[in-house]
Amino acid sequence: MTETSSFVRTDMLPPAPPPVSQTGVIKWLRENLFSGPLNTTLTLCGLGFAIWLVQAAAPWLLHSVWNANSQNECRSIIAETWGPEATGACWAIIRARWHQFLFGFYPMDQYWRIYVTFAALFVAIAPVLFATLPRRMLWLSLLYPLVAFWLLWGGPIWGPVFTALGFGLWAAVFLALSVRLGVVVAAGIGLVAAAVFWIYGVGALEASMQSVLPLALPEVDSDQFGGFLLALVIGVTAIVVSLPMGVLLALGRQSDMLIIKSLSVGFIEFIRGVPLITLLFTASLLLQYFLPSGTSFDLILRVVILVTFFAAAYIAEVIRGGLAALPRGQYEAADALGLDYWQAQRLIIMPQALKISIPGIVSTFIGMFKDTTLVAFVGLMDPLKGISTVVRADLNWKGVYWEPYIFVAVIFFIFNFSMSRYSMFLERKLKRDHR
Amino acid sequence: MSEPNIQSARAKMQVSDEVAVQITAMNKWYGQFHVLRDINLTVNRGERIVIAGPSGSGKSTMIRCINRLEEHQSGQIIVDGIELTSDLKNIDKVRSEVGMVFQHFNLFPHLTILENLTLAPIWVRKVPKREAEETAMYFLEKVKIPEQAHKYPGQLSGGQQQRVAIARSLCMKPRIMLFDEPTSALDPEMIKEVLDTMIELAEEGMTMLCVTHEMGFAQAVANRVIFMADGQIVEQNNPHDFFNNPQSERTKQFLSQILGH
Repeated sequence: MTETSSFVRTDMLPPAPPPVSQTGVIKWLRENLFSGPLNTTLTLCGLGFAIWLVQAAAPWLLHSVWNANSQNECRSIIAETWGPEATGACWAIIRARWHQFLFGFYPMDQYWRIYVTFAALFVAIAPVLFATLPRRMLWLSLLYPLVAFWLLWGGPIWGPVFTALGFGLWAAVFLALSVRLGVVVAAGIGLVAAAVFWIYGVGALEASMQSVLPLALPEVDSDQFGGFLLALVIGVTAIVVSLPMGVLLALGRQSDMLIIKSLSVGFIEFIRGVPLITLLFTASLLLQYFLPSGTSFDLILRVVILVTFFAAAYIAEVIRGGLAALPRGQYEAADALGLDYWQAQRLIIMPQALKISIPGIVSTFIGMFKDTTLVAFVGLMDPLKGISTVVRADLNWKGVYWEPYIFVAVIFFIFNFSMSRYSMFLERKLKRDHR
Repeated sequence: MSEPNIQSARAKMQVSDEVAVQITAMNKWYGQFHVLRDINLTVNRGERIVIAGPSGSGKSTMIRCINRLEEHQSGQIIVDGIELTSDLKNIDKVRSEVGMVFQHFNLFPHLTILENLTLAPIWVRKVPKREAEETAMYFLEKVKIPEQAHKYPGQLSGGQQQRVAIARSLCMKPRIMLFDEPTSALDPEMIKEVLDTMIELAEEGMTMLCVTHEMGFAQAVANRVIFMADGQIVEQNNPHDFFNNPQSERTKQFLSQILGH
């Protein structure tokens, strides 16, 4: 028992660096690639596969031809330079037809409108994406859809201007009535007022203003849209509209009000339960039956609406997941402080639920953006199938197979990878729990 | 818990005749389960009431009825002269008069401490931002953590978070404060800092209803202790008689269990 002596530490030990053998490249390799016989075998197999892949693809890429007028010319250039057995990529098709992949059959002398719209897109989304920019820039973002619409489709400027006034009317009615009648009713009345204005007011006002001050761009028909222009018009609109719509649907699904709840559930389950292509066919064929005869409803607009619905249903479910992850205490604290329903949602619940849902929301957007290629099924010129088919219909480029797909895939990858990186940036920026 | 410097405190605390909360024949059910049975309670302004009882006795549910986080199915609850019915306007009015502190703090993790404190004054009371921030800093000084104003809740200790939660309620200038087991989720060394804050509040004459297991706090601050069991008020008395001379068997049993060790 004499062994158990009392002990008091007089000086505390400072932290020491780890032993040298526990850091560095060698350790990393050993732990991650060669930690045992199985892992060593797998590493070697993987290495072999990578080498095989490069060997197979590298010559084809190295033998690329950029200057040629047809597939046959490509082939003969490759044969001359690299020998008769050699294969090579014929990028000349992209060089010759890039504008169709990007813009479809948009009139060439009007391309500047697309450039301006695309450049303005970045100005419009920048303040939405980056909170450090001045908040006043958001007004530009609000105006952007109408500016973009006018630039792309052309026609008199007064249509978009009065459409914007309709939104202004909606906002004014909403602000005037929301305190007295509540948010939902005020928004409904505002929408009705705006709709009446749009249906009965805009046409006449547009015509009269046009006669006073004719300000118009040459009109471009929806048939002429194609390629990535079409994909972006559908994709960007659907992304922008489906997010708020998804939020409302998710809230509606959780609502205590039976009608709102069942409408939301019905919408979400119906849209999610049906393939997108079915909805697209509905857009291109069936809607025509239901609408009053004589109304011609633009095909792109119809497709945009249904793609938006489709995305919104998925977004709603993603956000519902985020809502479910919030502890009840957050709702109770908001209630106990006297915040009303919309204040609590806007200031407390949604900022947190959306933050949790960022990865799911962005995946949905990425999937939806790729799904815009499905519009090929209703005869629109999507970049993947529509335009590739058109280009290959040219006898000069008949045998070109991989190159257009690779080109289109690379562009899709750039957009989607950017979205993915942005979502990771946002997650890092909004990280608040320093646990 | 150690006895804080509260011997002189009691003298300062005065109870007025004005009624702050009046609960009459209140009943509540969860489905078939009768959680609260015939609750009758009158709280005067300036009273500090501690509600004790075994878990599941309905004590939290009762104080949550006072700001309508829970709905009662029969009887009457009148807070500051406003009866709680399903009228949303009345509910919001009562909620802005009644502050509540939760067991798990329920701070808003995505907002800084200062934003947590100014949010409700700005949006509910429509106080200008500058003024709301001044008030917030005043109460942060009071709970002794002004230096944390620009941190996020996740960066604070449990005791600090609970003090922020108290300050957040105070920023709404409530006339009644409800505490729902404010120290139950805290480490022992942090309980005292929260109780000290609550004692200070009591000394200033705040009407308080406090569900707690801190019997030292009850003895020091409360002017009435209510013992609940099976959804009913079993016994209520001043703390001295409640602890030294409990009447009902249920109370004696409860006290022997929590004071026994």
